[in-house]
Amino acid sequence: MTVSVNGVTHEIDAGATLGELIARLGIRRDGIAVARNYDVVARGAIDATALCDGDAIEIIAAVAGG
Amino acid sequence: MNDQLHIGNYTFDSRLFVGTGKYPSIPIMQAAHAASGAQVLTIAIRRIHLDDPSGKTMIDYLDRSVYTLLPNTAGCYTAKEAVLTAKLAREALGTDLIKVEVIGDPDTLYPDTRETIAAAQELVRAGFTVLPYIGDDPVACKQLEEVGCAAVMPLAAPIGSGLGICNPYSIAIIKERAKVPVIVDAGVGTASDAALAMELGVDALLMNTGIAAARDPVAMARAMKYATRAGRIAFLAGRMEKKRYANASSPTTGLIATRQESSS
Repeated sequence: MTVSVNGVTHEIDAGATLGELIARLGIRRDGIAVARNYDVVARGAIDATALCDGDAIEIIAAVAGG
Repeated sequence: MNDQLHIGNYTFDSRLFVGTGKYPSIPIMQAAHAASGAQVLTIAIRRIHLDDPSGKTMIDYLDRSVYTLLPNTAGCYTAKEAVLTAKLAREALGTDLIKVEVIGDPDTLYPDTRETIAAAQELVRAGFTVLPYIGDDPVACKQLEEVGCAAVMPLAAPIGSGLGICNPYSIAIIKERAKVPVIVDAGVGTASDAALAMELGVDALLMNTGIAAARDPVAMARAMKYATRAGRIAFLAGRMEKKRYANASSPTTGLIATRQESSS
């Protein structure tokens, strides 16, 4: 199945979790936050969140700003 | 002097909030933050780069034992975008503070008042301590206060313009009528602007480009620290009344004579 991560399409195994996706992409866990289909996924729920085909995932962090 | 700033459940000794954008380098930014005496630093929220997923983020360069972070929703053009950005910021950083910034026009970066109020209202309901960036509009500031914002942050001039306090009368009216702290956000270009804003009685200043784009950002950060303090103390001291004619500071009696005084 495919999911979009920050606007880029990724092919992942059916039944994969959000935690597995983040691990496969090598994304750090601290200082980030994740939204699935425009809803924030709580830090503690990332590993247990099953992904569905077509999910839109946003992964953010702090950058310089005023 | 016990003159602390209270915003929601937060208390600060410094009345100068500083951004993290546009510095020539990370070490200069860190030195400027230290020189400013600021206790609150603003940051933005963006998608991480998937080509460098484990790379540094801005919080790796900010000492959270010293600084309180104020994430912003800069770059958002709708309330919906701002609300999601705020909720992501809260999850990433573990703070309920949010600077709501909903832009209405890319050239002036003026806020979209309607969307700003809608975002602020929803985020207050969601338990955030909301500090909205807004125009120098007393009505909009009052409406933001009424939906539960912990402070209001009127601009003094367009973001990044350094034009100074363009409408001191509006800023003064906003302060006179507000029941929440007023933080002048955007437009301060140099120390005299900071002092003037504080002399109007506002509670604090938020600046980024005024420091970061100075030739020597660390020195300008120090200047802004002193100017903010000086303006605050001058406001508390209560300035003298302005008069159109002179009023001698030295005694007008006991003057020496250079002409023979008449005797009768």
